Amino acid sequence: MTKETPSAAGLAALIDARRELPGATLPMLHAIQDAYGYVPDEALPMIASALNLSRAEVQGVVSFYHHFRRTPPGRHIVQVCRAESCLAMGAEELEAQVKAKLGVDFHQTTTDGAVTLEPVYCLGNCACSPAMRVDDDILGRMNGRRFDTVLHALRQTEGASA
Amino acid sequence: MSVRIYVPIDSSALSLGAEAVARAIRHEAAVRDLAVDIVRNGSRGLFWLEPLVEVDTPQGRIAYGPMQAEDVRGLFDAGFLQGAEHSLCHGPTDRIPFLAGQERLTFARVGITDPLSLDDYLAHGGFDGLKRAIAMAPAEVVKEVTDSGLRGRGGAAFPTGIKWKTVHDTPAAQKYVACNADEGDSGTFSDRMLMEGDPYCLIEGMAIAGLAVGATQGYIYVRSEYPHAFRTLQAAVERARAAGWLGASVAGCGRAFDIDVRLGAGAYICGEETSMLESLEGKRGVVRAKPPLPAVSGLFGQPTVINNVMSLASVPVILARGAAFYRDYGLGRSRGTLPFQLAGNLRHTGLVEKAFGVTLRELLEDYGGGSFSGKPLRTAQVGGPLGAYVPASQFDVALDYEQYAAMGAMVGHGGIVAFDDTVDMAKMARHAMAFCVEESCGKCTPCRIGSVRGVEVIDRIIAGEERGRNIALLNSLCDTMLAGSLCAMGGMTPYPVQSALKHFPEDFGIDKTAAA
Ligand SMILES: Cc1cc2nc3c(=O)[nH]c(=O)nc-3n(C[C@H](O)[C@H](O)[C@H](O)COP(=O)(O)O)c2cc1C
Ligand code: SF4
Ligand code: FES
Repeated sequence: MTKETPSAAGLAALIDARRELPGATLPMLHAIQDAYGYVPDEALPMIASALNLSRAEVQGVVSFYHHFRRTPPGRHIVQVCRAESCLAMGAEELEAQVKAKLGVDFHQTTTDGAVTLEPVYCLGNCACSPAMRVDDDILGRMNGRRFDTVLHALRQTEGASA
Repeated sequence: MSVRIYVPIDSSALSLGAEAVARAIRHEAAVRDLAVDIVRNGSRGLFWLEPLVEVDTPQGRIAYGPMQAEDVRGLFDAGFLQGAEHSLCHGPTDRIPFLAGQERLTFARVGITDPLSLDDYLAHGGFDGLKRAIAMAPAEVVKEVTDSGLRGRGGAAFPTGIKWKTVHDTPAAQKYVACNADEGDSGTFSDRMLMEGDPYCLIEGMAIAGLAVGATQGYIYVRSEYPHAFRTLQAAVERARAAGWLGASVAGCGRAFDIDVRLGAGAYICGEETSMLESLEGKRGVVRAKPPLPAVSGLFGQPTVINNVMSLASVPVILARGAAFYRDYGLGRSRGTLPFQLAGNLRHTGLVEKAFGVTLRELLEDYGGGSFSGKPLRTAQVGGPLGAYVPASQFDVALDYEQYAAMGAMVGHGGIVAFDDTVDMAKMARHAMAFCVEESCGKCTPCRIGSVRGVEVIDRIIAGEERGRNIALLNSLCDTMLAGSLCAMGGMTPYPVQSALKHFPEDFGIDKTAAA
């Protein structure tokens, strides 16, 4: 999941393509984060001028939503569910194991830049708790051993593309 | 002749390896030079058996599961393409007790059809409701929905037809239908299953709503935690439009309705309807004061129908079979069926659509098969993270909006999370308060500040500091939140907290007899 480095031209194209949408702020922010993995500083004044908002207003929107990141994340995003159904099935233990295996806490990135770890409240996979998400893949009935397999596969695809 | 095999594409099935199973079946069939036709269906909702693969045989669909890629070769050897016996075989899918006892109206097609096939949808009664609605006057459509007794499935249980009537009766050049697909409640996944497994059903329900109230534009607000549902909906909307079911003239009726699918951004509060509108308008998801009602002044200030996915997806069957058909299910003022979601510590987790009136005990024991861990079940949280913890002594109360409200609980979106006797209820109470701290939109003080204080007070109770005084403080904080919050985020966080305290005082270090 290697992302491009943000460029003014790239940002302008993503913003321009959505300028006419009613309520365009979130669609723009999603497009930018999908392309670059985060919402870079330089995007805010560009969105503001496209939508006739102040920079502070755009900043306020970005900061309101947990989903949007303001700094570049690792090459993969790993999320561990912390909501009730997963708690009933051992999510706390899973969370501790994942943190130990990655050597990071929530909102941190591994030193090799491979993985950013985040908490999430429910992935709609509650019938298969405890649940995790790795990039766009949802995973169910997770445990430390299954997470090892997932990590191993991630590292292999990284090795193959490097 | 090729054998038809169903391998679910539902994200929970995928989360357990369904993709690898589909690949292994394709590979094994190719190696053996056998013709197979693999259909990627939604999930039947028997998640302890997922990935659940079905083979179409002259005896009907035969179920095998939970299947892993490494089981596939042995299954071919055993003759599973002919529906042969095997340790993973469960016989005809429809006769599995978990399914056989259900009353699937809203979920009639989920798991049966190919979600994106319009032919399949039509062959299974799809668009019958829309066709009937087109032939009726808009006010008659609204009346049909009112008469069905359908109440909002998103949590508040407001009568859907009455909401529609307000929008119908409010004149405006532009009206909207906004589908709330934020499904933020933990322990719930029915919206997701339907969007992934039968997206045209939601589209049909929205189109009926649009024609009934005179709205020409619809939005579906899907949470960002649901990437598969989002992509399935986008594809379904495109195909429905290409086939003329959406657009300038819906099914050739001369009236317009179209849909845009939008993505949320990880904020639980955006499931609250006015916060969702703010978000759709591109703003921070801060809750709006009511009035004005969204039905009068909603999205971009225009009259807007806001309904949950389940509410809208129940409309096609109501129109197709008539209000009375739907109304005949259920009891009291809770009519029709509710797709309950069994989650947490249960052997058989999954989707159980039943008429209102079923009890928690039937769901947890008969359907759920008791706890996954084998330990006694201690409690279940019903209705999401703002729902009460129901103790075993109340498992026999009928699930009905009024009876649940009377005991200080709520049915909500029908999510049920079971806990065994290892759960620490003081910790769960703290979790509920901490969730409110995290997700409060910040507009009102009782919610924003009260929840922060609440966490501190619970921490002191857990630490054993001045228990009596701090419990009194917690209760008075909860009363303030209940009475002084603008929406149910602050207003209902006390439900899980106080139900935990009331029914499980021993977990807070208090003598059970002294707590009452
Ligand atoms: C904090 C909070 C979260 C909510 N989350 C959702 C949700 O995820 N999905 C939903 O449909 N309704 C949710 N609701 C209820 C909505 O405000 C609203 O009642 C509902 O969308 C109306 O549709 P219905 O009448 O079809 O249920 C939430 C309410 C609150 C207060
Ligand atoms: S109760 Fe909480 S979430 Fe609801 S409006 Fe007030 S501050 Fe916002
Ligand atoms: S509670 Fe973890 S996936 Fe729903």
